[in-house]
Amino acid sequence: MTENILEVRDLVKHYPVTQGVVFKKTVGQVKAVDGVSFGLRAGETLGVVGESGCGKSTLARVLMNLEKPTAGNVVYKGQDISKLSGGALRRLRRQIQLVMQDPYTSLNPRMTVGDLIGEPFEIHPEVAPKGSRRAKVRELLDLVGLNPEHINRYPHQFSGGQRQRIGIARALALRPEVIVCDEPVSALDVSIQAQVMNLLEQLQAEFGLSYIFIAHDLSVVRHLSDRVAVMYLGKIVEIGTEDEIYERPTHPYTQALLSAVPVPDPTQRHHKTIIRLSGDVPSPISPPSGCRFRTRCWKAQDVCAEKVPLLEVRQGSDHPSACHFAEKREIVATHEV
Amino acid sequence: MSDILVSEQSAPGSGGSGRPSGRLLEVDDLRVEFRTRDGVAKVINGVTYHVDAGETLAVLGESGSGKSVTAQTIMGILDTPPGFVTGGQVRFHGKDMLRMSGEERRRIRGEGIAMIFQDALSALNPVFTVGFQIAEQFRVRRGLGRAEAKKRAIEMLDQVKIPNAKSRFNNYPHQFSGGMRQRAMIAMSLALDPEVLIADEPTTALDVTVQAQIMDLLAELQRERQMGMILITHDLGVVADVADRIAVMYAGRIVEEADVYDLYAKPAHPYTMGLIDSIPRLDEKGQQLRTIKGLPPNLMNIPPGCPFNPRCPMVQPVCREKVPPLLQVGTARASACHFAEELVNRD
Repeated sequence: MTENILEVRDLVKHYPVTQGVVFKKTVGQVKAVDGVSFGLRAGETLGVVGESGCGKSTLARVLMNLEKPTAGNVVYKGQDISKLSGGALRRLRRQIQLVMQDPYTSLNPRMTVGDLIGEPFEIHPEVAPKGSRRAKVRELLDLVGLNPEHINRYPHQFSGGQRQRIGIARALALRPEVIVCDEPVSALDVSIQAQVMNLLEQLQAEFGLSYIFIAHDLSVVRHLSDRVAVMYLGKIVEIGTEDEIYERPTHPYTQALLSAVPVPDPTQRHHKTIIRLSGDVPSPISPPSGCRFRTRCWKAQDVCAEKVPLLEVRQGSDHPSACHFAEKREIVATHEV
Repeated sequence: MSDILVSEQSAPGSGGSGRPSGRLLEVDDLRVEFRTRDGVAKVINGVTYHVDAGETLAVLGESGSGKSVTAQTIMGILDTPPGFVTGGQVRFHGKDMLRMSGEERRRIRGEGIAMIFQDALSALNPVFTVGFQIAEQFRVRRGLGRAEAKKRAIEMLDQVKIPNAKSRFNNYPHQFSGGMRQRAMIAMSLALDPEVLIADEPTTALDVTVQAQIMDLLAELQRERQMGMILITHDLGVVADVADRIAVMYAGRIVEEADVYDLYAKPAHPYTMGLIDSIPRLDEKGQQLRTIKGLPPNLMNIPPGCPFNPRCPMVQPVCREKVPPLLQVGTARASACHFAEELVNRD
């Protein structure tokens, strides 16, 4: 478990903001991802949580090399992904696959399920020679819990949960080592969500996959992840094991986030305190100086405006936390089941 | 909160007695179908619930369960065609709204019953300022002049805690953040001081921290105004925090209705049980997620007997033949399961 299969170092992705039609000039930068580093170990699930606009989906796109990073690198088994191109990149893409959020728009409505799942084999014929492709697709359908007889159906003939299974089968087709899941269950109903989560866990155990699991639902992330990174405005504010983040959170943002999650138990109604954050997330075009969370933080001092808190282990925290005043605080009363 | 209306869901048309019972808002054996090119989808199949002043009824269900269509029928904003009401009543202060003239219904909308929607951006008109859209109601419905209406609108914006209400009055919806838009919509719906507020997934599109703010605001405003609230949602967490009573819907029927504490402590319907078991919880680790197998039924072809029978872990032959009516179990709850008694009396 110690070997990092994927390593992200000081990753930065800025999008230019332009003005003018003919003579475009750049008037600013949307700092979507602004200096993110972490490692993914073989066989583990790293959860990435954060609210909308914190840069978690941009992170997924850069990890997949769908976008070139502005700075920093993504290293897969010693190879810098962002510097690869052509054949080398294509070979590497076999190893990292993506499952997308919306099963309604991520599948081409004009292709049958067989073609959709078999498409990766067209690009990587070495994985499955032409003659065996249909059989392979049937195998994959069976693997994700769909009826192999439905190979000739179109996406609209499936429900949302089934479509997400098709998306997962497609990501699995090339036997990757890493799967980036970008909000894979957030569009699904509760009863279906549990089915897909169980499927993801079962596939991980079977193939030893590593997941980067991006989601906004903290309960879902806790259920699936070994380690968790919390993002705010393009930066990781706290990272640690599931226990460290959920039982001993030290960053005020993590604490506020956890306290706001409704727990499905009416008896706890009057026994919990929600930390109420004032205001909205600032614009990523001009984030606050120093600590980006300081404008909404109840602990903010002068130093927070002057010095950017580094993501490091400090006194009061047993895991990396980007707060000058990191301090343990129990938010969620966890019990083992 | 103690008595629950019990309807015989199995016998169409048995409800709709028309007796006024002093309730604020009652839905009685409502039936709605969607006539489409592919066939008739029976979306609501005998839904009965009520809400009184000052209480929150949560209507819980997954997509396609009919929870939003019921609300649209109450508001009179059901798209016809394809939607048609085929039976039942919606009574407001004892009067059946489905038999009222358009003029009468319009008078109830806003002043009697108001609604807020999930997606505030598409519910607000993008070409008018937020302030104008709120002030408009005071001018049209209350006959106030421009200046007075503006003053009242700014008061409303203040009440929903929009900072700098005065300068925000002239902003367009796109200039507001998601949470602010939802606040603006709440201000708009409460402008005429309605007796019942229907909130259809009010926080589903919002982040958790903002969700907490909005739910707080709604609870506070409800307390102040003693409104009845119907909260439509799929989120078992939100429901546990705010509801007094819960009605669980499945395939256009209410399958269970109970006090919020009873429902979570001991669900009396296998579907409710399955739902509660299948959500991951923030405060539990190492849990195994149990799932409800299969898919919700196709509403054009609802299975005979109990609509949940193909997915039910405790299905018996009787479930495939007879539709279980929503019957009272114990003192203050109702369940539409043939084996509800056993479920409630288990240890």
